[in-house]
Amino acid sequence: MKFLELKSTQLTILAGLLLMFFAQGCERSVDGLEEPDFPANPEVFIDGFSAGLEYYPYEDSRQDAFSVDEDNTHDNSDASMRFDVPNAGDPAGAYAGAIFRDENGGRNLTSFNALTFYAKGTKAGSINDIGFGQDFLGDQYAVTRNDLKLTTNWEKYIIPIPDPSVLTSSQGLFWYAEGPEDGDGYSFWVDELKYENLPGLAQARPAIMSGNEETQTSFIGSNTSVTGLTFTINKANGEDVTVGAAPAYYTFNSSDTGVATVSEDGQVEVVDQGTAEITATLGDLSASGALIIESIGNFTPAPTPTEDPEDVISIFSDAYENVPVDFYNGFYEPFQTTTSSDFTVDGNDVLGYENFNFVGIEFNQNVPTIDASDMNFLSMDVFFPDEVPANSTLRLTLVDFGADDSFGGGDDTDVATSVSNPTLLSGEWIRIDLDISGMANKSNLGQIVLDSDLGPGLEGETFYVDNIYLRR
Amino acid sequence: MKTSIKILLCLSFLALTLSGCGTENEPEEEINREIIWQDEFDVNGSVDSDRWIFDIGTGEEIFGQPGWGNNEQQYYTDRPENVRVEDGMLQITAREESFEGSSYTSAKILTRGTFERTFGRFEARIQLPFGQGIWPAFWLLGDDSNGTEIWPQIGEIDIMEYRGQEPTVIHGSVHGPGYSAGNAVTSRYTLTNGRFDTEFHVFAIEWGPDFIRYYVDDTLYNEITPDDVNGEWVFNDNTFYIILNVAVGGTFVGPPSSLTPFPQTMMVDYVRVYDLEN
Repeated sequence: MKFLELKSTQLTILAGLLLMFFAQGCERSVDGLEEPDFPANPEVFIDGFSAGLEYYPYEDSRQDAFSVDEDNTHDNSDASMRFDVPNAGDPAGAYAGAIFRDENGGRNLTSFNALTFYAKGTKAGSINDIGFGQDFLGDQYAVTRNDLKLTTNWEKYIIPIPDPSVLTSSQGLFWYAEGPEDGDGYSFWVDELKYENLPGLAQARPAIMSGNEETQTSFIGSNTSVTGLTFTINKANGEDVTVGAAPAYYTFNSSDTGVATVSEDGQVEVVDQGTAEITATLGDLSASGALIIESIGNFTPAPTPTEDPEDVISIFSDAYENVPVDFYNGFYEPFQTTTSSDFTVDGNDVLGYENFNFVGIEFNQNVPTIDASDMNFLSMDVFFPDEVPANSTLRLTLVDFGADDSFGGGDDTDVATSVSNPTLLSGEWIRIDLDISGMANKSNLGQIVLDSDLGPGLEGETFYVDNIYLRR
Repeated sequence: MKTSIKILLCLSFLALTLSGCGTENEPEEEINREIIWQDEFDVNGSVDSDRWIFDIGTGEEIFGQPGWGNNEQQYYTDRPENVRVEDGMLQITAREESFEGSSYTSAKILTRGTFERTFGRFEARIQLPFGQGIWPAFWLLGDDSNGTEIWPQIGEIDIMEYRGQEPTVIHGSVHGPGYSAGNAVTSRYTLTNGRFDTEFHVFAIEWGPDFIRYYVDDTLYNEITPDDVNGEWVFNDNTFYIILNVAVGGTFVGPPSSLTPFPQTMMVDYVRVYDLEN
């Protein structure tokens, strides 16, 4: 779920306020005065809104999900924050979510190490996202704790600050987003929400790529990004707390900027053939994990399709507008070995499949199935970067889900074609055309399957796919 | 020379206690306490072989199976990667690595045969490691009379045991006949401020006839006497030697998890033994 839009009117007002603010700041610095010190007020919501705090719900969330509750409070204090998560499909908004922002220019949080609060739920829900640093102003220092598990009793929770020294003027003091639990809405409360300098937090462990060493095969012109940015701290009771942290907390480094460069926000650009290791630090700490870029040089893009868009239903191509797809790799466990390493070269998106045995592309779960009644072929381009082993056959199957418009039910039909050596050449794009003109039912197409069952030589291989589309 | 210093100290103490209105007996006891054995770990390199010996391996030769009798998972070595003296500290480091069939390495050093004693104040200043499944200890084991006596008859005094997943808690225990392993006499001490893995703390026992007193940073948190044990008191006659080690996994802590950070190092500033008699 993405829910970062502000209403345009709000944005305009904001932009105006911001302009005023920065204009003022400029004047001050011209005068030779130091930047204003922002207040170090740690209180966000103790028994009411702290000075400057404003509520901004996400545009597509249920706007009235938040209220101030004077009955259910921690330790019988005067008021708490109450959040009513709607039921699935609520027309007023299918989830609850908001930011709470300081409108007085921000707080100086450099002397604190965590956002803390008490919370409880009407049931033991787990809050999808909760944290601070979301401010609708770039979310530069956003921090998110995922799946915060509530109980029906008041418990104290913490959200650690990865590096307080950068939070000199924080406006995004608190944010959350939570959907129904198994379709059902519920309520939870947050009280005594404040920043603290907690004793006993130690063993800080930042990580990138979720702490793993990940290797990506790339080409000159490829773009990728450092992901899995986490920060783990240990509480005095021995409990580890892990949060996701924005790239701005980290300093990224490339072992060979002649091969790959990395920007301040973790965007990697491959500039030449070779190997480069992307690592990071957070303050004085080295982050665990690394992204290893293995650039194999220039990439040969697939030929740009020339069919008229009117004659095409595109599933994956930069040449056409694509129909919605559930995914390009279903990661069917436990039998599937195929992993994905999709990439972009010079703006052209390419699907990368590694450790291949089979893979499914589906468009039937959260998106409509495809009506290809007017179409005659399914086309795709495949590219094998390594030598194609003997006894290799790539089979392409297209499945129609039949009148019930869903998988199984006895009315599914499919057509398939396959390509073997010596047609499967390495180092060049190979076009596969599956003739569907004779397909009796093709108005509820739900999935495409690629497999190596007919030619196990392909097992474990890597290949790229582009320009998947149905055509007349 | 020595005498004159003592007199001077006594005089200054007298002055102090007079001005502080304190009792004269307690500081007198402190001042006369004599260090009879110590290692300050001041020389970089390997540990002093005149003071320490190593246990090597998985304990399979002694216990018939790996794990040192506790299902521990480490292989003990004497390599500098696992045990060395650096920057004034003994450093025992547990590592995650494939070694001689084990998944972890670490070290265990002992004064068996070099220093064994009955009674005294045994203390060490230590910063402990961290993480699920990390089990460091500072402990004493009784002499086995050339193999004629076996544990738990020989006696065991655990001055400090610690679970890496509980960074504010340590345990002090005795094991003897009728009160060993799961039935050992134990008490735990919890830091109310601070942690054992981020700063140094002093762990000590004061051990004399029919008593063992347990201290953390000079806070007395337990005393064990013959009345507290469900069996024979084996701590009045036998001589005991010192052991420092970092185990990985085992019955006391459970196995390390994928989130346990490695390597993990126990840093020991010093080990000192004082005579309680004088």
